[in-house]
Amino acid sequence: MSDKSSAMIHVEDLHKSFGSNEVLRGINEEIFKGEVVTVIGPSGSGKSTFLRCLNRLEEPTSGRIIFEGNDICAPGADINLLRQKMGMVFQQFNLFNHLTILQNITIGPTMVRKESQEEAEARAMKLLERVGLADKAQEYPSRLSGGQKQRIAIVRALAMNPDVMLFDEPTSALDPEMVGEVLGVMKSLAEEGITMVVVTHEMGFAQKVGTRVLFMDGGQILEQGPPQQLFTAPRHPRTQDFLSKVLNCI
Amino acid sequence: MEIFANYYQYFLRGTRTTILISLITVFCGFLLGCVIALLRLSKNRILNGFAKLYITVLRGTPLLVQLYIVYYQLDFIPYPKVNIWGVALERALPCVIALSLNSASYVAEVIRSGIQAVDIGQSEAARSIGMTNGQTMLHIVMPQAIKNILPAIGNEFMVMIKETSVIQYLGISDLMYNNGIVVTATYNPLPCYYISAVIYLILNIVVGKGVDTFERRLKRSER
Repeated sequence: MSDKSSAMIHVEDLHKSFGSNEVLRGINEEIFKGEVVTVIGPSGSGKSTFLRCLNRLEEPTSGRIIFEGNDICAPGADINLLRQKMGMVFQQFNLFNHLTILQNITIGPTMVRKESQEEAEARAMKLLERVGLADKAQEYPSRLSGGQKQRIAIVRALAMNPDVMLFDEPTSALDPEMVGEVLGVMKSLAEEGITMVVVTHEMGFAQKVGTRVLFMDGGQILEQGPPQQLFTAPRHPRTQDFLSKVLNCI
Repeated sequence: MEIFANYYQYFLRGTRTTILISLITVFCGFLLGCVIALLRLSKNRILNGFAKLYITVLRGTPLLVQLYIVYYQLDFIPYPKVNIWGVALERALPCVIALSLNSASYVAEVIRSGIQAVDIGQSEAARSIGMTNGQTMLHIVMPQAIKNILPAIGNEFMVMIKETSVIQYLGISDLMYNNGIVVTATYNPLPCYYISAVIYLILNIVVGKGVDTFERRLKRSER
């Protein structure tokens, strides 16, 4: 592929094992500014582990991950600083249960980025309005539906002004009728040009919103390409098999 | 009733000492317990191993034995030979140390389990926005862990108040020590023990109410 410096995230021969279980078996990948990369594949293929390695929530066993020119696994790397630039959205939302929605969003900017409370709150309210949840600012997460929680989680990550957003199956824990509202927010982010890496089972999203699709199985990226090509004319037999099962399930 | 009317100063004096020793013990035991819990959760093998050993030994031996060991082992320390409220500090300090060390081992396990009961996703989310390990612990995990551990901590406080009765064996003028004096003076043990039981009960009801109130206040922040 192209040279190291232009890629936002550069992954080199990434391996990850849990005990004797090798989950990632050598991943080489580059993610460029403005891309919306979707990662699809069967359960247990290593998609989520790959994503979690990108901000070192999982410690890679070997290999290198270069983010904006910094090796995030280097001994002296300031991982807390690098993570501020990588927003993450989790399958289980993981809102802070003991804080209000507004506090959930402002705790990062005020505590980590040392912004003033007023500044952080003003931006939080603007972001909340954008996802249509400004009226929930003073509520606690327990009062919100899954779809609302996930939109808040996206806002919490956005409040740090990240350079890239990582989504770990953001709609998998949602009731079907709430999937749309979350995907809608993600689509609007994509249209704004925010760099995104999205692990998902939503093939429609991968097809329509993604700019590039990675197909993973057995801890490796078996095939990748523009959605148009990968969904209509997959080359790898494993990809063909997977897509025929998920796209024609009835 | 007659016994209480005649000897109430003894019971009150003892109660005062029991309350004083309990408060100091619960406070020191809690702080030390927090430290041991954090060591226990540390990834550092030596710190972790020390905490494990500490908890095993202190939970695995009787409090009374620990009390005597601390008393004789630490007799080189020049405790001030003064009396506060009729309590000889020289003997009371080793008691407070032994009780606190013992209490900490139980508190540490309660806190550890409370911290581990907080969903790992909470700290992952905090780390993902760039919070440090310490910030995550202090602002995200601990406030939620407190809710989990409060009932068990309240329990431990009550146990500690009752356990302080072993210090009578070192001649500390606590409630049970004074109970003994009255028994000897009156040759009528049963009413004395009833009186002491009621006093311990009252102390623990107050503690129980306090913990309940605190728990309700914490719960309110969730609604």
